[in-house]
Amino acid sequence: MNPSAEALRATFGGAIGRAVESCGDTIVYVDRAALLDVMAWLRDTPGQQYDYLVDVTAVEYRDRERPLELVYNLRSLERRTDLRVKVELDPRGDLAIDSVVALWRGADWLEREVYDMFGVTFRGHPDLRRILMWETYAEGYPLRKDFPLRGRFSRAEQVRQALNANPEAHYSMEELSIAEAYDELPPDMRERLRRGERDKIPNSE
Amino acid sequence: MKRVLETKEVSGQSPNYLLAKFQDLIDWAVNSSRANSLWPMPFGTACCAIEFMATAASRYDFARFGMERQAFSPRQADVLICAGRLPFKLAPVIRRIYDQMPQPKWVISMGACASTGGIFDNYAMVQGIDTIVPVDVYVPGCPPRPEGLLYGVLLLHKKIRGESLFDRTPRRDEQPLDERGLRLPPEQIDEISEPFGNSIHQFRSG
Repeated sequence: MNPSAEALRATFGGAIGRAVESCGDTIVYVDRAALLDVMAWLRDTPGQQYDYLVDVTAVEYRDRERPLELVYNLRSLERRTDLRVKVELDPRGDLAIDSVVALWRGADWLEREVYDMFGVTFRGHPDLRRILMWETYAEGYPLRKDFPLRGRFSRAEQVRQALNANPEAHYSMEELSIAEAYDELPPDMRERLRRGERDKIPNSE
Repeated sequence: MKRVLETKEVSGQSPNYLLAKFQDLIDWAVNSSRANSLWPMPFGTACCAIEFMATAASRYDFARFGMERQAFSPRQADVLICAGRLPFKLAPVIRRIYDQMPQPKWVISMGACASTGGIFDNYAMVQGIDTIVPVDVYVPGCPPRPEGLLYGVLLLHKKIRGESLFDRTPRRDEQPLDERGLRLPPEQIDEISEPFGNSIHQFRSG
């Protein structure tokens, strides 16, 4: 058992749920409201120093009684130690939680993926939008257990929506390599980019 | 031109015999040129692209069949080779690449996923690129061996040699998207995309 689990319990008391050991890894369950404090403490306290957020993901179980789990894999590069922090959410309730992007910049895309696949909203995320599916995707959150394997729409409707999508609209202007050259683009291309669903164009009025 | 077409249909008769022979000669010359200098536009999205690269490399070397230069721009390409699975997110991309290719153009659908969706019978994957662009040759396999792709290319040669400049019926690859933005009627897309094989045992949940 990772000693961080005991240290967490001594510091945060009731906000820390059970701690279990699985395959040599320590899993600590944390209350949703205390997540940001716990994470900041784990990152900044001497002796903890979990400076690397390896992954953020989520699990929904087939057993409908089990809660949806949000999983944070932490690693201390300094101390060469791993810790897994889990938060339990009610899949039928409000799937909202504080974002940890302020602590680890790398959580940005990881949380976007969890939002895209599970519909968990991260409060305080700087740019929370879909990352794998396109932004106008209207069928829901594909990795949820109530999501049908082949999607909610008919295949023809899926093809229609896909063919009517604007390929450039999947990216913000900041992500496009032409963003810096926006002023030099031909007017029709500029107009096409302007019409995209992104609606985030620098240097526009 | 319509009159020329009519004369071809009665080519057995003496006044038009030489004209028909002349047309055949032109067709032979044009089709041989086209078939023997196909420039492929590789659209590799998955493991099929690895086999495609093997086909292009020295051991199998499809330059032997006229595919000397791979056109990485659709503007200089004759045949679009979709090697690999196609997610819905890439569907408008392959359609735009196809639209950008000049006539005459052909499409090879390489591998099970490009042809039918393959094992990816799920929410994210196009169930056969023929719902997006017209396909001339389907190469089965997961992924197909280079011999398979070469055989597909030779089949395409055969198809090209059977075309005629004097056949004025509209080419099916000139069919644009309709007002719904679809290439085929919706019910036909649903039918093409129906599960088959092992996927019929997987049902929609929820």
